[in-house]
Amino acid sequence: MKVEPATSPLLALLAGFISELRAAGLPVSLTENLDAMEAIQHIPIEDRDAFKYALAATLVKNHAHWRAFETVFEVYFSLRGAEYDLIDGEWPEGMDLSDFVDGLDGQQRRQGGGGGEAMSAEQLAEMLFQALMRGDDALMRAIARQAVQRYAGMEPGRPVGGTYYLYRTLRNLDLDGVLERLMDQARQDAPGDLTPLEERLERDEFEARVDQLRKEVEAEIRRRLVADRGVEAMAKTLRKPLPEDVDFMHASREEMMALRRAIYPLTRKLAVRLARKRRHGRKGPLDFRNTMRHSLSYGGVPAEPKFRYPRPAKPEIMVVADVSGSVAAFARFTLHLVYAISNQFSKVRSFVFIDGLDEVTSFFEGVDDIGEAVHRVNAEADVVWVDGHSDYGHAFEVFWERYGKDVGPKTTVMILGDARNNYHASQAWILKEIEHRARKVFWLNPEPGAYWDTGDSIVSEYGVHCDGVFEVRNLRQLEGFVENLV
Amino acid sequence: MSFSFADVDSVRKGLSDVQYLADEGIAGVVYLAERLQKPVLVEGPAGTGKTQLAKSVAEATGARLIRLQCYEGLDESKALYEWNYKKQLLRIQAERQGEDPEGDGMWQQIEDDLFSEEFLLTRPLLEAIRAAEPVVLLIDEVDRVEIETEALLLEILSDYQVSIPELGTVAASQIPLVFLTSNNTRELSEALKRRCLFLHIDYPDLDREKEIVLAKVPGVGESLADQVARIVRSVRQIELKKAPSVSETLDWARTLVLLGVEHIDADTAAETVNILLKYRSDIEKALKEFASSDEDFAAPVAAS
Repeated sequence: MKVEPATSPLLALLAGFISELRAAGLPVSLTENLDAMEAIQHIPIEDRDAFKYALAATLVKNHAHWRAFETVFEVYFSLRGAEYDLIDGEWPEGMDLSDFVDGLDGQQRRQGGGGGEAMSAEQLAEMLFQALMRGDDALMRAIARQAVQRYAGMEPGRPVGGTYYLYRTLRNLDLDGVLERLMDQARQDAPGDLTPLEERLERDEFEARVDQLRKEVEAEIRRRLVADRGVEAMAKTLRKPLPEDVDFMHASREEMMALRRAIYPLTRKLAVRLARKRRHGRKGPLDFRNTMRHSLSYGGVPAEPKFRYPRPAKPEIMVVADVSGSVAAFARFTLHLVYAISNQFSKVRSFVFIDGLDEVTSFFEGVDDIGEAVHRVNAEADVVWVDGHSDYGHAFEVFWERYGKDVGPKTTVMILGDARNNYHASQAWILKEIEHRARKVFWLNPEPGAYWDTGDSIVSEYGVHCDGVFEVRNLRQLEGFVENLV
Repeated sequence: MSFSFADVDSVRKGLSDVQYLADEGIAGVVYLAERLQKPVLVEGPAGTGKTQLAKSVAEATGARLIRLQCYEGLDESKALYEWNYKKQLLRIQAERQGEDPEGDGMWQQIEDDLFSEEFLLTRPLLEAIRAAEPVVLLIDEVDRVEIETEALLLEILSDYQVSIPELGTVAASQIPLVFLTSNNTRELSEALKRRCLFLHIDYPDLDREKEIVLAKVPGVGESLADQVARIVRSVRQIELKKAPSVSETLDWARTLVLLGVEHIDADTAAETVNILLKYRSDIEKALKEFASSDEDFAAPVAAS
């Protein structure tokens, strides 16, 4: 199908949209671009959902990228479609509010369906409560709009991020308090006492609704910001790394959740890939004796080369991980990943330290839920010696003293940490000793390379005794490293 | 070219007539697949109705469903076509017995005969291309084949044709609607993804799941379906090894109907949870989770 030159504003907008997707890290190819343009010609543009799914089906080929897509989509197309027009201080027409305010006393009852300005904060809160109680989407959207307008205090041109406005709005709405009130109401409405199961179900239901409201508020703020600052600028500020590119050390709570969700499929994929690699591995080196023996049947001509059966050695892994504050998340993910593919190694032992060191191998033995084990490591391991500030020197001393004899020529030692030693003695000689005994010693550092050896970081002092020091800041890098390890 | 679906809504209606409740995204992508004549790559957790989607689309459009189940070691002769070797041998022997072919021209004729369609065994992909009637081609669990074998699919997916060296290119007489499903155990190649529309089917939301239960489980009451859907949603929020799929939800609902349960209380849930969850650790976790909500919220109850 012929695509008309970019005369229509829509195509121009789409071009901008796609270049923003690329900037956000989504791999959009030229064919996919053309597909998208063709696809939207089959979809009535008024149907915003269909339009969105048409673009998603042609442009987003990985579910992990969906969120990034959604954000960009919202910014670019949020102002299109009649029901999303900016309405200041007006309730959508035709919405009858009178039955929602029945719960309020007569004096405060508003006359007719006029402007929201006339409403007091209590009224808004009451309506919010009612809307959540009934799960009324349209009303929730209207309330979100009101709340943003009233509480966010948005001023044109002010260089403040959306999170600031979001925080201000949500603080005033006091959603946690509303949730408790909803639960109380549910308890009262129930014929008898709620069983724990029912409690839980009610709570999940209300939480889902509150979450919905939060999203509405967020969307509303975004819409207003886009109207104020323009599409490109807004898209740029909202640009977030894809889950596999999120920095371990600076992940927000939400990103952490996304990471935790991402790690399981990732380990599964990695395990399948490694198992396959092992099975379909290339043939081993030429087996000279065997070839000669078979050559006899061809009159001494080695016509049929024989190869040694490949028996790749399974390495023995020792993970020594710093679990203090900032690098704890990184240690968790690495432990998770290593244990998920532990059948690729002959043995895995793990140690965690802050300024003391403890072996945590037993936590992982016979457990099928790795996440749970990692959680136990955090809660139970005895890793504090003096003050709970990282002391690599002392941790290595303890390691060498207690477990040094177990390091052998088959052992690969992985050390995880940022090597920020708080100016304690480095005891780098221990690492040198370990390197002598072990097959390989690798150091994984979650800090960006540019920060190494700044402040109290002494990576290179340790690094000279390692077979490799790697920057591992995100899941992508971690996956790459672990795959090469096997 | 006539299309089976006039717009997105008619896709939805058509599918719901055959008891498949599609959401906005699913219906939109199916509609586009037909309009753009592109294959659909369906991805998502196990048991969310990926395969069923293809079956239902076939049923809704009255097309024949041709299915290719993928597995490790799948090759050309199982997916595309194969020469009927035995029949070819017989043909040669029959020729020999009949008369002794002396000249080269005779041999030429035999050779032409041997590689004619008579001796071609069509496998699912070729069959889908050659079919005269409308066809839905389902390539199931495409992530199970090796990455090299994926290349086999590329020609058929982009051009709807198969090249057979001895015969030439067989082009499709009608464009089949193609669905590929993947459980995402490995990353599919860029080339494959680029040729397809992408559809991620996730667990359905509360309302849709309830509707699915109502549609698929005979004899289930409105309130039971609602409860089932709500409990399943809560279970899925716990971090589990394997979250309950839609098919497991349906199994659970069927069991409850068989047991004559009308209202699920904690005991019934605990007794039948093994239908919903398949791992011991998951079951324990879920039971613990639901029991512990008791302690967490006991205090506010007492206060109010």
